[in-house]
Amino acid sequence: MTGRGDLSVRAQVLLWTAQRASAAVLAVCVVVHLVTILYAVRGGLTAAEVLGRTQGSVAWAAFYFLFVAAVAVHAPIGLRSVLAETFNWRGRSLEVTVIVIALALALWGLRAVYAVFI
Amino acid sequence: MSALRVSVWRGTESGRFQLFEVPRLESQTVLDVVTYIQRALDSTLAYRYACRVGMCGSCAMTVNGRARWTCRTHVDQVAREGRLEIGPLSNLPVVRDLVTDMSEFFDKWAAARGRFRGATTRKDDFARVPPGSAQRRLADAGIECIGCGVCYSACDVVAWNPDYLGPAALNRAWTLMNDVRDTDRRARLAAVAGDAGCHACHTHMSCSERCPKQISPTASIAGLKRAAAIAALKGEI
Repeated sequence: MTGRGDLSVRAQVLLWTAQRASAAVLAVCVVVHLVTILYAVRGGLTAAEVLGRTQGSVAWAAFYFLFVAAVAVHAPIGLRSVLAETFNWRGRSLEVTVIVIALALALWGLRAVYAVFI
Repeated sequence: MSALRVSVWRGTESGRFQLFEVPRLESQTVLDVVTYIQRALDSTLAYRYACRVGMCGSCAMTVNGRARWTCRTHVDQVAREGRLEIGPLSNLPVVRDLVTDMSEFFDKWAAARGRFRGATTRKDDFARVPPGSAQRRLADAGIECIGCGVCYSACDVVAWNPDYLGPAALNRAWTLMNDVRDTDRRARLAAVAGDAGCHACHTHMSCSERCPKQISPTASIAGLKRAAAIAALKGEI
């Protein structure tokens, strides 16, 4: 069932599916991320020491690339529902807004991946 | 004989609670209380009921802040310090006093294609559906809905998203999705999927908690979500 000027039903369902799939990825990524932080700083590392260990690591770069991609998919889809339900905001302007947010999250995240791992 | 102090909603969307004193009786239901008020204290009170035995689904009201079927709700269960507050169901327009307009609720059943559509005629033999089959058991889990509107009134998503079909209509659709005789399943799945359908459900489970028939619309909606996601990935909807 579509509402006013919304995406097709199939697109709506695929967005929901993408959000669930990205949530599954995030569940793993967040745990790995937190455990790594706690492990890495337990002895008190400086920023330079952290960068010395992370830069050039293809595996960690790939892991955080996946993490950023999952965030960029997951958060805007959830935000789309929150905005629609809270402000009764629907239609093209909402879709464009969340796409912009998705691109911004991806850009900021990839910039951090580039800075820390490449 | 002790007395109950009962606040009853009077008016339409705007109005006020009016206080009545009602004799407290043994095994008294909330519907008994409302009926006493209408018959003995104020004949202008508008409310709706029919069967009085939990079959017709017409007497649901908001009792002390929760949607309930009043004919099967004993005063003992809900009265707090001898007080009751009785109002119309939430999420539906109020016609007058305790009567809500259920049109939108049942229109959404129709929008969810909640009508059985088969391929056989009365000249054909009976369909044989094994009661123990997986699909029949799923249909049976939701089939006892009496359309009282308690779940619809309890649902936060209905309040936030007026287009949302609601738990009862989606539960009905799920029972038909599992009816092996039905021929309208693909169109029904498309009708109940997406932002105004099953995928809007946040799994708060208020519907399942409040359903007087102990049905779990949440489980039915989860089934629809899975079925629709698979159909969307296959390009079938």
